[in-house]
Amino acid sequence: MPVLAVEGLYKVFGRRPHEGVEQLRAGASAADVQASGATAAVIDAAFEVEQGEIFVVMGLSGSGKSTLIRMLNGLVTPTAGHVLVGDEDLTTLDRKRLRAVRQERISMVFQHFALLPHRSVVENTAYALEVRGVERRTRLAAAREALEMVGLESWADHRPDELSGGMQQRVGLARALASEADILLMDEAFSALDPLIRREMQDQLMDLQSRLGRTIVFITHDLNEAMRLGDRVAVMRDGRIVRLDTPEAILADPGDEYLERFLADVDRSRVFTAGDVMSQAVAGADVGTVTVAPDTPLADLLEPSALSDTPLLVADATGEALGVVTRGDVLAALGGVRSEDLAASGRPTDDSDPLERSRA
Amino acid sequence: MHDTTLLTAAEDGALPRVPVGDWVDTGFDWLKDNFDPFFDALSDLTEATVDGVTAVLLAPPPVLLAVLLALLGLAVRSVAFGVGSLLGLFLIQGMDLWEEAMETLALLLVATVVAVVIAIPVGVAAAKSDRVSAAVRPVLDFMQTMPAFVYLVPAVTFFGIGLVPGIVTTIIFALPPGVRLTELGIRQVDTETVEAGHAFGSSPGQILRGIELPLARPTIMAGVNQVIMLGLSMAVIAGLIGAGGLGSIVVTSISRLDVGLGFEAGIAVVILAIYLDRLTGAFGRIERTSPLWRLRRRRSATTAANGVRGTAPAPAPEAVTASRTPRV
Repeated sequence: MPVLAVEGLYKVFGRRPHEGVEQLRAGASAADVQASGATAAVIDAAFEVEQGEIFVVMGLSGSGKSTLIRMLNGLVTPTAGHVLVGDEDLTTLDRKRLRAVRQERISMVFQHFALLPHRSVVENTAYALEVRGVERRTRLAAAREALEMVGLESWADHRPDELSGGMQQRVGLARALASEADILLMDEAFSALDPLIRREMQDQLMDLQSRLGRTIVFITHDLNEAMRLGDRVAVMRDGRIVRLDTPEAILADPGDEYLERFLADVDRSRVFTAGDVMSQAVAGADVGTVTVAPDTPLADLLEPSALSDTPLLVADATGEALGVVTRGDVLAALGGVRSEDLAASGRPTDDSDPLERSRA
Repeated sequence: MHDTTLLTAAEDGALPRVPVGDWVDTGFDWLKDNFDPFFDALSDLTEATVDGVTAVLLAPPPVLLAVLLALLGLAVRSVAFGVGSLLGLFLIQGMDLWEEAMETLALLLVATVVAVVIAIPVGVAAAKSDRVSAAVRPVLDFMQTMPAFVYLVPAVTFFGIGLVPGIVTTIIFALPPGVRLTELGIRQVDTETVEAGHAFGSSPGQILRGIELPLARPTIMAGVNQVIMLGLSMAVIAGLIGAGGLGSIVVTSISRLDVGLGFEAGIAVVILAIYLDRLTGAFGRIERTSPLWRLRRRRSATTAANGVRGTAPAPAPEAVTASRTPRV
C-alpha cells in the first residue's frame, strides 16, 4: 500500500475556482481557464509514493510543483481531488486533525531554510517535537541525535545566523528528521545552495535515506538533481504531470521534444550506472580483468575503461559476473545512444580501439 | 458651470451649516451623563497607579536611582551610554527638577504600558485581517493628526483638571505608532518561516507566540520606542491641564516669561527622552557589542565546543564518497 497517494488533484486560483476545474475536466486548456479569470496551478495530478522511495517532482518555475507539494500537507487546500496519507484523506480533515497529521506523519524542508533566528540550532531542531508537546529534556536529546546524523552536533548551541547556508539547510533537514514523521517533503531544498555544497547535500541525503528509509517527496527545478536523487521522477509542465518514470527510462527515451531539450544538459555519467549500460558477455570473448560493481556511476567507469584494453567485468557482491562494459557501451550511454540502436545500425559494439581500426 | 452655481449657492447660504460641533457636544454630554461613575472609577484607578509609581521612583535616594538607571543603560547598550546617562540624570538633580522629572516619568510609564497593551493586540488583529486593518487605519489617522489641544478639552470635561486627563490624552496621542508598527512587523515576517510553523502542525496561537511576535520584535520595539517619544512630548503638553511634572514647570515658565526656568525644564525633558529612546532602542535588538550580550555569549560559549564563526567542519567524508543507493 502506498504511503502517500494523490488522486485527480486540482488547484485553481482566482475567482470561481470550481468552475475552472469543471472546464478543465471537460477538456479545456489552462489558457482557456486563464481567459475566464482563474489560474490553474495544478491540473489532474495523480501518483502514488511507496515507502522508502525518493519521489522527485521536477519542473520549471511556474509549473505548479510548489503548489503541488503544499497540497500534500494541506498548506494549500486542493480545489478538487484527494490526498491520501496512509488511509487518511487530508481533504476531509478538520484543522485539528490536519495539524495532528502534520505533527506525526509529514515534515518539510524549505528552500530558504525557514529557521527561527532567535533560537539556537538545537532548539530549532526540536521545534516539531515542541509543537507536539514532547517534554523539554526528551525533545532536546532527540534533536541532538538528529543533529549528529547531519554532522552538526558541535553547533547545537549556536544561532542559525552563525552557520553557512549549507549548514543551515542541514539544520532544516535535522529538524524534519527529528519530527520522526515518515514522509519528508523537500521544497527546492538544495536550490539556494552553491553547486559544490548542493552536491554534498545530495550525497548526505542519499546516505541518510539508505539508513533511515523515509519516504521523500523532493521538488526541484534542477534536472540533474532530479535524475541523481529520484527513484522515480514526475516531470511537471504548466500544471500537469507530463511524465512519470524512473530517471533511466526518461533519459533513455525522453518521449517528447520538450524533455529532450531539457535532457541535453543532464550529466548522464552521474545517472547511468554500470548495471544500466552493461552488455551481455559474449562467450569466449576476452573478458576483462577489471571488475566493477553494478551500481558504480558511469563517471567512475571512464578512467578504468580508458586504461583497460579489455571490457570491464560487472560483478555483484558475491562475485557473480552480470555482464561487461565495453568502451562502446560507455560512449553510447554518454552520447545518448542505446546499445540496441548501435547493433541495429550495424556498427561494431566491441571495444576495438578506434585508432587500431583506422590503422588496419 | 456646475462649480459656479455651487459656489454662489454656498455664498448665499444655500448649503446648510453642518453642526458637527453641536453633535460632538451632544455626544460628549450623553457620555458624561451616562458613564460618569465609570469615568470616576477609571480616574481614581489611574491616579492611584501613577501616584504609586511616582512614590516608588522617589523612594530611593535620587543619586542611587540615577546610578541604577545608568547601570541598566550600561548593561543593555554600552559603557559610554551608561556614563552619559549618569551625567544627564545628575544634571536633572543639579537643576532641582528630579521630583518633577520622576512625576513625568511615572505618568509616561503608566501611559506607555496602557498604550502598548492596547496597541499590540490591535496591531496583531490588523496584520491578520485586511478588514480590521482598513477599519483601524482612519481611526489612527484621526488620533495622530487631530491637534492635541483639541482633545485636552473633552478629557478635562470627563476627568476634571489634573493627572488623569493628562494620561488619557497622552495615551491617545501616543498609541498609533504602536499599532502601525506592530501590524507592519507581523506582516513582514518571512512567509516561509510562518509556513514552516504550519508544516510542523503548530496552532495559530503557537505560530503567533513562537514565530511571528519574536520575529517582529525589532519592529514592534521601534513602535514602543515611538510610543514613548510621542508620550513624552504629550506628557509635557498635558502640563497645561494640570498633569504636573516637568510640564507644569514649562507652563509656569511661560506664564512668567522665565526663559531660564523654561530651558531647565526643557533640558530635563530632552535628557529623559534621549535616555528612554536609546534604552528602548537597545531592547529591540540586544546589541552584539553590549556588555550584557557579551556576558551571555561567554556563558553559552562554554557549553559549545566549537566557538569560532566561519570554521564550519567539512561534512563527514563518508557522506561525500557514499555510493549511490542501488535502485530496484
